[in-house]
Amino acid sequence: MRVSSRITAIAGAISMSLVGLAQATDLEVTHWWTSGGEAAAVKQFADAFNKGGDNWIDGAIAGSGGVARPVIISRILGGEPMGATQLNHGRQAEELVEAGLMLDLTELADKEGWRDFVRPSKLLDSCTVDGKIYCAPVNIHSWQWMWTSLDAFKKAGVDAPKDWYEFVKAAPKLREAGIIPLAIGGQAWQSGGMFGVMTVGIGGADLWKAVNVEKNMDVVRGPEFAKVWQAFSEARDLADPNNSIQNWNDATNQVITAKAGAQIMGDWAQGEFSVAGQTAGVEYDCLPGLGIAPVLDTAGDAFYFPKNDDPDVTAAQLRMASMMLSKEVQVAFNLKKGSLPVRADVDITAANGCMKKGLEILKNADNILPSGDQTFNSDTIGQLEDLSTEFWSDKSITPEEAQSRYAEIIESAQ
Amino acid sequence: MFRNLHSKIAALPMIATALFIFVGCSLWSVFYSFTSSRSLPVEKFVGFDQYIRLFKSSRWAISIENVAIYGVCSLVFSLSVGFLLAVFLDQKIRFENTFRTIFLYPFALSFIVTGLVWQWILNQNFGIQKVIQDLGFEGFELNILSNRDYAIYAIVVAGLWQGTGLVMALMLAGLRGIDEDIWKAARVDGIPAWRTYLFIVIPMMRPVFVTTLVLIAAGIVKVYDLVVALTGGGPGVSSEVPAKYVYDYMFGRGSLGQGLAASTVMLTTVLIILIPWGYMEFGERREKKKPASE
Repeated sequence: MRVSSRITAIAGAISMSLVGLAQATDLEVTHWWTSGGEAAAVKQFADAFNKGGDNWIDGAIAGSGGVARPVIISRILGGEPMGATQLNHGRQAEELVEAGLMLDLTELADKEGWRDFVRPSKLLDSCTVDGKIYCAPVNIHSWQWMWTSLDAFKKAGVDAPKDWYEFVKAAPKLREAGIIPLAIGGQAWQSGGMFGVMTVGIGGADLWKAVNVEKNMDVVRGPEFAKVWQAFSEARDLADPNNSIQNWNDATNQVITAKAGAQIMGDWAQGEFSVAGQTAGVEYDCLPGLGIAPVLDTAGDAFYFPKNDDPDVTAAQLRMASMMLSKEVQVAFNLKKGSLPVRADVDITAANGCMKKGLEILKNADNILPSGDQTFNSDTIGQLEDLSTEFWSDKSITPEEAQSRYAEIIESAQ
Repeated sequence: MFRNLHSKIAALPMIATALFIFVGCSLWSVFYSFTSSRSLPVEKFVGFDQYIRLFKSSRWAISIENVAIYGVCSLVFSLSVGFLLAVFLDQKIRFENTFRTIFLYPFALSFIVTGLVWQWILNQNFGIQKVIQDLGFEGFELNILSNRDYAIYAIVVAGLWQGTGLVMALMLAGLRGIDEDIWKAARVDGIPAWRTYLFIVIPMMRPVFVTTLVLIAAGIVKVYDLVVALTGGGPGVSSEVPAKYVYDYMFGRGSLGQGLAASTVMLTTVLIILIPWGYMEFGERREKKKPASE
């Protein structure tokens, strides 16, 4: 144990050393929100925190969660904790909580009544371990969106699609017009997430639950799931064969500039459209659940507060947690981020068309999926991502082969 | 045993550190590769499960294949190109210093910078392809980075660009260490220059070659940052390497057991190559010494 923490300490030390925790009100906050829309959203948090007399030290880590998470986790394990950190709730932080490395927020949550206003309540459930609350959920994000560029379809002379099937039909026209039908970045999580969306869209919510939650092997190996793989295989033919894009926001930019027809990406993409000054329904459109199944998951980001010996820091951590869930900050932050607030009791008349569509869907509890982060640990998610990205780039892998490999991974999932 | 006692005592801390860090940590890694450890090490033994999973993983198979391609290519090319460059520089040419500096400069860059530089050079919208297309060859296509069969060779090229300069510098130092009289003798005997290099100089440079080989080999096994910067392992998983597999599983995916199993396999492979070689290298020398002392 001691040896292990020393090794991780070395890894943590490489990332960066903690600056100025001596002053009680300085809190370093690590997160991986670095695209234009995301940075604008983080600024809302920082401004609100600084207004309260504390000092937000921004510790943004570029390169998406896959890069940032190991840095964050190894710093906490190595005994160099930051003041607060973003993580996706769910099983990512489970072990850190079990090892007693995270601050217990239950007292604050009870005082402010988080249980009463956080919705859907399972957001708070995923922050809860053994009846105690360890994280502050700040937004609801869902993966199940397809973003289409109306300009691109206009240029190609076809009607903008209303669902996935229409999109596939319109794709050859897009190609003729020199437009890439489907934009995607090369990082594995993007094809992994996209596959999840297609499972919900093409196969329906019940199929998704049977595969990911109940882990029903008959379904995983069954014909319904095979259809999803078939569709995913059609999708890979719609992407740019010479794709050199890595980041999701660069792919979104292709849609914004009408160089690509569509992108399947979570609603964080919306922040990019609004930074570019575009309006839903005018320059771009959004299709929840690929326009087929209006189902959304309610993943999201949460902030965890690693335990600290300094009581002043602990007090500041609690102040920050309270600030993040306050009404005004929730609205300001989520409007910039393109996500939905976790409070049901806030005013969101300023929300745009796509957000309103999302809120409408979430009103019906049947339309809510648990997110992948909450059903698999990061090991299994990583393997599924490897599989989907390998399939995506290697056209010699048949959908059938990929399906059986998918089944093997699910079988061995812990 | 008691000769040079002081220097032996002085070396003790270093020996202890080496034993603790290298041997101790290696044993620790091997030990925990037999457990089901996730983010934190736990002593829950699962036998060879992690290894079975490792060898069933297609990403691992691809990683091994890639490191083999990278290894063979960088060994062959950096040794031969490095030696040839050194020979050219050894011809008492003008501006030798300038050329030496130019060839050695890439070595001053980190792999991350090297990777990013080559990513731009090979980028289809801005790099070589664009330049040549602008020159009028519209059909020209250079899609190494987005082609899953060739992505690993992009890494090889970038690695060679970075590392060949050092090999050249080492070889040049070796060549300068060859006694001028040997050249004179060869010339008197009428042996052509290329034969002198091949059959006299190279065998005499054996120690230099061994040093270079060790440096290159270590670079091959640990190649990681170059891949991360240049391709990120993509497209798909087509340019993954073992070191990246280890890192991803240990830190990114919270699966310590799996990462350690992979690193143990890497260690074993290195040992399998290293032990017979070390045996040959050092065993041989001892035998040679014997008749001399008798």
